[in-house]
Amino acid sequence: MLTDLVGVIGCVFAPAVKRGNPVAVDVKIPTVLRAQADGQASVSVDGETVGQVFDSLIAKFPGIKPNLIGDDGGMHKFVNVYVNDDDIRYLEKLETKLEAGDTVTILPAVAGGAI
Amino acid sequence: MTRYDSILDTIGNTPLVDISQLSPMPGVKIFAKLEGQNPGGSSKDRIALKMVQLAEQAEELRAGDTILEPSSGNTGIGLALVAKLRGYKLRIILPENVSVERRQLLEIFGAEVTLSPGEEGSNGAIRMAETIAAQDSSYRFLFQYGNPANPLAHYEGTGPEILKDCPEIDVFCAGLGTSGTLMGVGRYLKEHKPEVKIVAVEPPAGELVQGLRNLDDGFIPPIFDGDVLDGKTVARPRESIEGTRRLLNECGIFAGVSSGAAVYGATRYIARTMTEGTVVVLLPDGGWKYLSSGAWTDDLDTVVELATRINYW
Repeated sequence: MLTDLVGVIGCVFAPAVKRGNPVAVDVKIPTVLRAQADGQASVSVDGETVGQVFDSLIAKFPGIKPNLIGDDGGMHKFVNVYVNDDDIRYLEKLETKLEAGDTVTILPAVAGGAI
Repeated sequence: MTRYDSILDTIGNTPLVDISQLSPMPGVKIFAKLEGQNPGGSSKDRIALKMVQLAEQAEELRAGDTILEPSSGNTGIGLALVAKLRGYKLRIILPENVSVERRQLLEIFGAEVTLSPGEEGSNGAIRMAETIAAQDSSYRFLFQYGNPANPLAHYEGTGPEILKDCPEIDVFCAGLGTSGTLMGVGRYLKEHKPEVKIVAVEPPAGELVQGLRNLDDGFIPPIFDGDVLDGKTVARPRESIEGTRRLLNECGIFAGVSSGAAVYGATRYIARTMTEGTVVVLLPDGGWKYLSSGAWTDDLDTVVELATRINYW
């Protein structure tokens, strides 16, 4: 009962606090996508999740959209996105939360490895 | 058993060595599986032998045939060893920017080497091999990226060896190339100990491949199944070389650059998610083929710059 009450209070207050702090993160753009991002290698945008960062990026550079988002609305299958070096497909995908100073790296999926 | 009928019988059963001095958490132990102890010098000996054995069983390979394969070196060297003893010729499509030692080894084992454009990386070698195979049906194209014998070698060999030597394993960490190691070991471990986490470490290949024209040139190995993985980390040249140096300086282990990357990925996963437990990290090869890279001797910035142009993974 007490736990439930704490949960309710948390739900009411936590989002209000988070909304007051827009998060700025660096996004690293791979060479192959730079033509759609004014040639920039790194862009600073706001977003509390990777999905929000994608929205900000697409608002800034509409041409990049088909390279980030696939036909099904999810991530493009040949794109890997990392938050501080960790692949978001194994975190919370587009819902992965970000903190100020985080780095989001976009890389195309190609063959690699000591084959 | 220490007496063998053939060098091929010495493939597998590699040692597991405690390298917990590299762990960022005192409660987490790390063990390294030294695949460089295989006779051809890497974990790829396992898949080379398995791909040839299964092709022979299916009667897709006959004495005198020529095997064709795209490889940045290790699979090629493993195949060259197996082909020599089983009576096959071998043609390897090798990206031109691999370390000189890899090419030398292929040539002394008797493989015919055809170079593919370095700026296209492994993608370019795959494309060239596919084109050659399509034009000339006399080649036997094993195609490690799509051949179920690749993960099977690890499902039947590497995985059981790890669980037998380290039943307390909580996390398995390895580099991602064809994904054969992670798929085979991952499936075996999850079937026998479902709570084990499987963590992949990959090079930033999509940045290093200069010739990538657009995303549609992307590639995901047909044998890759993302559901087997619980985490994936990118390891850049700097972190990979630092890991390689720590292996030598703190553990006395002379391993290749992708081994340093795997160690970086393991320590990062531990720092992010673990306070106690046991991690097994697979080190795919020894350091011999990378001496010319200056990985242990040159200024770190110099080696890192070189590593963005040369394929050391």
